[in-house]
Amino acid sequence: MATREITYQQAIQEALRSEMRADPTVILLGEDIAGGATTVDEDAWGGPLGTTRGFIKEFGKERVRDCPISEAGFVGAAVGAATTGLRPVVELMYNDFLGTCLDQILNQAAKLRYMFGGKAKVPMVLRTTIGAGLRKASQHSQTLYSIFAHIPGLKLIAPSTPYDMKGLLISAIRDDDPVVDFEHKLIYWKKGPVPEESYTIPLGKADIKRPGKDVTIVAISRMVDFSLEAANKLTSERIDAEVVDPRTLWPLDEATILESVKKTGKVVIVDESTPNCSMARNIAAIIADKAFDYLDAPVKCVNAPPTPVPFSPSLEDFYLPNPDKIFKTVMSQFKD
Amino acid sequence: MDSEKLIEMYRQMLLIRRFEEKAAEMYMMGKIGGFCHLYIGQEAVAVGAIAAIRKDDYVIASYREHGHALAVGTEPRRIMAELFGKATGISRGKGGSMHIFDAERNFLGGHAIVGGHIPLATGVGFAINYEGKDQVVLCFFGDGAVNTGVFHESLNLASLWKLPVIYICENNFYGMGTAVTRAMAGPEMYLKAKAYDIPGELVDGMNVLEVWEKVGKAVERARHEKIPTFLEVRTYRFRGHSMSDPALYRTKEEVNEQRKRDPIVTFKQKLIAEGILSEEKFEEMEKEIKAIVDEAVEFAEKSPEPPEEWLYEDVYA
Repeated sequence: MATREITYQQAIQEALRSEMRADPTVILLGEDIAGGATTVDEDAWGGPLGTTRGFIKEFGKERVRDCPISEAGFVGAAVGAATTGLRPVVELMYNDFLGTCLDQILNQAAKLRYMFGGKAKVPMVLRTTIGAGLRKASQHSQTLYSIFAHIPGLKLIAPSTPYDMKGLLISAIRDDDPVVDFEHKLIYWKKGPVPEESYTIPLGKADIKRPGKDVTIVAISRMVDFSLEAANKLTSERIDAEVVDPRTLWPLDEATILESVKKTGKVVIVDESTPNCSMARNIAAIIADKAFDYLDAPVKCVNAPPTPVPFSPSLEDFYLPNPDKIFKTVMSQFKD
Repeated sequence: MDSEKLIEMYRQMLLIRRFEEKAAEMYMMGKIGGFCHLYIGQEAVAVGAIAAIRKDDYVIASYREHGHALAVGTEPRRIMAELFGKATGISRGKGGSMHIFDAERNFLGGHAIVGGHIPLATGVGFAINYEGKDQVVLCFFGDGAVNTGVFHESLNLASLWKLPVIYICENNFYGMGTAVTRAMAGPEMYLKAKAYDIPGELVDGMNVLEVWEKVGKAVERARHEKIPTFLEVRTYRFRGHSMSDPALYRTKEEVNEQRKRDPIVTFKQKLIAEGILSEEKFEEMEKEIKAIVDEAVEFAEKSPEPPEEWLYEDVYA
């Protein structure tokens, strides 16, 4: 089958559709994901982003289940359904809504296997969106995967391209552990080459998005695009940057990151979450611990500032990491 | 009901009582650490309710769940070993008193966040319907859980989606140390079912036969008509909230008054009065149960500790 250009969102749709066709235990739960406000199933709008548009027609409303705005109730129901044989894919519209259902993720989904001595399993996927830049203000723009990364028992994916999205989401659905899928809403309409057929990308495997020899940039989700842009600009300074995309935040592919850092001797980590206890600082600590002797410059992080996300478009633009901030941070590594 | 079933119900209640008394003893001796929430006084609820379901139905409970596990048939020795944190425990020593789980008997565990497991029961009901099966779910929780948001979210979903779940509140009148009347607006909690358009009923939790009968009706509705039910079962715990709670928030008189409702004593009187069981047979049963409980302790004591490498197992598949 052919590879063609599709969007990140279409990659999500293809992953969901192919797994639902292949496995009748895969079901979708979420707010407005099927008919939402409409009474005509065929006209279903498929949620505010339209990701599941058309699904109810193909799979029926038993499998594509509109839920009330009751996140703790339906995320918890997904955990229960997963322990007794289904593979629910739950949509938490924005990761900011974590606060409404954290107990079900932290104390139920993540704990059951361990505290029941390995006898319970929770094969579910929680799809959610991250990211600032759409002028959605403080409660709909956060990037919270670092909070989830603190919870053993969960696996976390943060795909940055349509290709990674499809392969990682299929792996997540087939995985027997709870996986949280962080989809960046600003790259939903970004296009990229994706094979038509089903394929998987193993969880816990990083990808080198741009090989280079002078400095390593570890970048997560949308920050990969910004880092590639910065890397292009760095060539005019005769700096050849390597961009490493962890893709899976837990389990983390430490080996690929460390190998790159040992080769280049310099590293900048770019992460849209706020800095305290962030993925960036976590990766920085791992590098300090395991590759200290190879470093020629201090480990640097580019995070969002430790503030809520502001609404004002001009303030929000200041808030976000961008290619220029990454460029300048990398350049600071070369000053002696 | 035939006498054999009545005798079995009594036997189960007595097993739970003696098991819990022994657990308390082991706790006081320092053999069991951490939390230990005893079921003493509430035995008729788990036993009556679980007598009303089939072996392939599901049961899920809170952290006061030793009794429910015993009632579904989990081996007492595996539960005791779990309380001791031993490798032979039913949850490999990783759960302890609050996290007994028995996959073989569809016992989906003891859960220790108040109300946290109620949505799970809802999801199990969803899975049953989705797969076209006719099982039901019994979801047990305390009165404290009725004040959590997830209780209300779950009843809304169960009613909306017509799920075969029976939500059973074991109202023992205290959420930890705070009386229900000081914690709940509208303490006639069975009436809350009305808000979700499902049947709600008050049940005397000290009467095992009444529990059995009323849960039985709810089970029929759930199995055949996919109607969920909320039952408020009024019971009483004779001990504190946990082993570390001396229960100073209630009077001795109140506890003594409640002890007159002791579900085991009253049921025994009934069985004797109706000539179903003789005093001698009761003596025999006591001996038999004492042997089971003693053996459970011996098994737990002799079992190995879990090895260090188990720390890292069972986090992921």
